[in-house]
Amino acid sequence: MSTELTTAEEIGVGEYRYGFHEPVEGYVFRGRKGLNRDVVAQISEMKREPEWMRQFRLDSLELFFQKPMPHWGGDLSQLDFQDIYYYVRASDRQEKSWDDVPDDIRRTYDRLGIPEAEKKYLAGVKAQYESEVVYGSLQEDLANKGVIFTDTDSAVREHPDLVREYFGTVIPPADNKFAALNSAVWSGGSFIYVPKGVHIEFPLQAYFRINSENMGQFERTLIIVDEGASVHYVEGCTAPTYSTESLHSAVVEIIVKRNARCRYTTIQNWSNNVYNLVTKRAMAYGDSLMEWVDGNLGSKLTMKYPAIYLMEPGARGETLSIAFANRGQHQDAGAKMVHCAPHTSSRIISKSISKGGGRSSYRGLVKMQGDAHHCKSNVVCDALILDPQSRSDTYPYIEVDQDDVAVEHEASVSKIAEEQLLYLMSRGLTEPEASAMIVTGFIEPLVKELPMEYAVEMNRLIELQMEGSVG
Amino acid sequence: MSSVLTIRDLQVSVEDVPILRGVNLTLRQGEVHALMGPNGSGKSTLAYALVGHPKYEITGGSVEIDGQSLNALDPCERARLGLFLAFQYPVTIPGVKVSDFLRHAVTNIRNPHRKEGEGLIPMREFRKELKQLMEELGMDTEFARRYLNEGFSGGEKKRMEILQLALLKPKFAILDETDSGLDSDAVRVVSEGLRKLAGPQMGVLIITHHERLLEYNVPQYTHVMLAGKIVETGDATLAHELHNHGYAQIRERHPVEAAEERDRQQRFATATAGK
Repeated sequence: MSTELTTAEEIGVGEYRYGFHEPVEGYVFRGRKGLNRDVVAQISEMKREPEWMRQFRLDSLELFFQKPMPHWGGDLSQLDFQDIYYYVRASDRQEKSWDDVPDDIRRTYDRLGIPEAEKKYLAGVKAQYESEVVYGSLQEDLANKGVIFTDTDSAVREHPDLVREYFGTVIPPADNKFAALNSAVWSGGSFIYVPKGVHIEFPLQAYFRINSENMGQFERTLIIVDEGASVHYVEGCTAPTYSTESLHSAVVEIIVKRNARCRYTTIQNWSNNVYNLVTKRAMAYGDSLMEWVDGNLGSKLTMKYPAIYLMEPGARGETLSIAFANRGQHQDAGAKMVHCAPHTSSRIISKSISKGGGRSSYRGLVKMQGDAHHCKSNVVCDALILDPQSRSDTYPYIEVDQDDVAVEHEASVSKIAEEQLLYLMSRGLTEPEASAMIVTGFIEPLVKELPMEYAVEMNRLIELQMEGSVG
Repeated sequence: MSSVLTIRDLQVSVEDVPILRGVNLTLRQGEVHALMGPNGSGKSTLAYALVGHPKYEITGGSVEIDGQSLNALDPCERARLGLFLAFQYPVTIPGVKVSDFLRHAVTNIRNPHRKEGEGLIPMREFRKELKQLMEELGMDTEFARRYLNEGFSGGEKKRMEILQLALLKPKFAILDETDSGLDSDAVRVVSEGLRKLAGPQMGVLIITHHERLLEYNVPQYTHVMLAGKIVETGDATLAHELHNHGYAQIRERHPVEAAEERDRQQRFATATAGK
């Protein structure tokens, strides 16, 4: 029984379903590899940006050059910034109908099932292919209520006041090296504005696809949820499997105003040649709720710690994260909760699975600063290690200035117990089925938070990861 | 044709320590056997070895169902041939819903040649059957939505085992101390449940210290194990006698095995003292 499966694993069958790439003819623009002022200036020029944005980019580039590579987290020594395409445009227009999207690009999204999903349960969709958004839609009634859901490039042109007010305020370019890089070369991403009191019932989804080899994708997302409004935004990410590395380095800024709610769900399933180095941060104001639901299944290395700054009393922050590190992968993921005001609360639940020599790390920060008294934070990290070759680490940081606060941290590391496998197998389940069931159960507390369609997708992805798990 | 489970001269070691030293037992569909014996005599070892626990290594002899050897089969293949163990200590599997687990199990058992990824039995049909069985066993149907054995009381766990037995309808069921740790009401529920299930299509091997389970399920055969061997086989009266008088007379009648039992206890005491 195990011989066949081992062979299947060796050749990588069933490990990654999205590794295909469609040959696309006639890209509109493909710059040269590498990064300097000219490349950045050219991006800005091609986008016909206002001078302030051009200057913002060039200043950010200087910061990027000045800042050292992070020496913590994952191994970045193989990442060569001069071996990457920073701006690639496959199509010169963003379409409102899938029929108008060039056939070879559309085929990719068909294979990913996006147009179908849109018909069934989404309020709006953005599809980003390489550097630019190639398709966008938003339900008409939402547009009539003043909801804006567009790509960030269009937002710079069409909603300059809103963009200028918030862009780069949550994550300034100087925040870290990759935030600086994104600020210099950003392209695409979603811009969302939800007006006061507007509730968006169905999720808005963005789908990010890298197709070229050595591609760098640097989308920039800005979400503003005005007072008393609510939105659920979902992003999915995939890329073809190449033998050389690609880089995905996004910046996501979110402002959740008083009494508003925002949930941001990521199902990241990059192929195993992608460095995924992302900065995500939200500012949550009085009595608001910000939630990150973060699923990391793909990539070679992910370093991502979605943050929530709790700015006013009553603000709540929650991060649920799942990481699955398979062979050749390092998931360095976690969360940051910064309590800047009294009477704020946060919760972090992190579950990680390591398999086939993969490594997952939880890295988290809970900070209660200044007069942030009467705050609560609860952190639970559970790691499941499926075989002796795999690894799991936990790096929890807690910084508290006040006495009147409650911070709880629990961590556990477990292996699939022989007794659990025996029990399930003695009821007729094969070993891979039994392992998959145990793993699915392990992440169930998070998966049940996902909308049903995504929960099904998540479980399916986990099952795929578990295929060939018998060595 | 009625099936038969044949255990022939079975020898089993755990971490290279021999526990079973040549067990012989033949169980036919429709029969009820009781297996008794003092603690450490090897009853649970036999149960685990039959079901295919990887730590319990068969070093000699054979286990067969209708002539097909189970020795080299994994637990899943054995289950698909119709073998079932009601565990003494059912494990908890967090996050796995009882109904999801049972639907997978029942699909595989009823379609033993199912390939991975092939469809499960239809949801409606399965739900209906499960609901009916739970009601028959006096179980709250809410249990189907709970996580497998998580937060279950001792009695609830044992009832869950009986529910699985009812659903999977094995040819051969081994019950490893299914009545232990239960109050008398729970024992009655489990005993009655088993009586309803056991019939001409099921061979049952009941491992027990107590008599209650056997009152409801009168064995045709009672086997007594001592130091890794079945030393006596009788009928229901033997079970009754052992319950009333303990194992002193058994040890007297089988001095060689009794001596081996003492040796084992000593070795065990020395080994644990050294740790």
